[in-house]
Amino acid sequence: MVSSVTNLGRSGVFDWLIQRVTAYVLALYTIFLLGFMLTTDVNYETWSGLFQQTWFRIFSLLALISLGAHAWVGLWTVTTDYIKPMAPRFLVQAACGLAMFVYLVWGIQIFWGL
Amino acid sequence: MLVSLYRYNPETDKAPYMQDVEVEIPEGKDLMVLDVLNLIKEKDPSVAYRRSCREGVCGSDGMNMNGKNGLACITPVSDVAKDNKIVLRPLPGLPVIRDLVVDMNMFYRQYEKVTPHLINNNPEPAIERLQSPEDREKLDGLYECILCACCSTACPSFWWNPDKFIGPAGLLQAYRFLADSRDTAQAERLASLDDPFSVFRCRGIMNCVSVCPKGLNPTRAIGHIRNLLLQRAT
Repeated sequence: MVSSVTNLGRSGVFDWLIQRVTAYVLALYTIFLLGFMLTTDVNYETWSGLFQQTWFRIFSLLALISLGAHAWVGLWTVTTDYIKPMAPRFLVQAACGLAMFVYLVWGIQIFWGL
Repeated sequence: MLVSLYRYNPETDKAPYMQDVEVEIPEGKDLMVLDVLNLIKEKDPSVAYRRSCREGVCGSDGMNMNGKNGLACITPVSDVAKDNKIVLRPLPGLPVIRDLVVDMNMFYRQYEKVTPHLINNNPEPAIERLQSPEDREKLDGLYECILCACCSTACPSFWWNPDKFIGPAGLLQAYRFLADSRDTAQAERLASLDDPFSVFRCRGIMNCVSVCPKGLNPTRAIGHIRNLLLQRAT
């Protein structure tokens, strides 16, 4: 058993499952948006109309959280593969965590501020 | 035929270097790479490499031939030579002791971690622990591993984290005992594997499958371990 405290869920199978589930959410969100753009005349009214609907705001928030979790698992793996000294590795991990937190809060502000 | 050979003797060389050796291959014969090495060693006894059974059973002569890991004794020259040239290097990712001889300690330490022996604390039956033919069949494709390290040293995840990622060879053996109907320690075995490195550092690129000289499939075994961990945790 290798101990680790900086990964998302303390357990390998948790991280693995989260990365797969979030990948499905992100794929669904992308396909939905592509479908929307192809089938709708995208202008200010239709675009803001889409984001006025509560279900879509929830879907968007879910996608944003999924992006953060997915990126955390992935970037954590990249940092532990390629950055061997502890200090720079932890700094990069902290920067990634901060970026994801900022994106999340900022995203909520945007979705509910429209 | 031209053989480009990785040479390094830590007692005399500052750094490793490649040595070009011209080898006369007898007309109309297809030698194994190990035979070519033996021809070289006849002329230059200082060349160091491991070999023993010379028939793909002992797993001593794993090396990198023209960029692909394999056993020199069962790899025909005609399979690897390009433009009548072979480049021979030690297995990648492990410390070189001398020439083609690598230090296998990190590899064995990972193998040791999976407790590669049967655990059964139930009272011993009078004769032996029986297994049905169906249960025995589940071990096919797992027990044949000869620990030559061709797979683990072809795996980038093992290169980057040889101290944490068990690697394809060790994980194949981990599943060999997880799948054994006579073993009673499945829960403990799985608990010791559920961290983000031991199993989950495998990214499924299947280098292990492509190089295994015994035709085994560690990626599939790793998939089975992942499923067992998932069943246990959900």
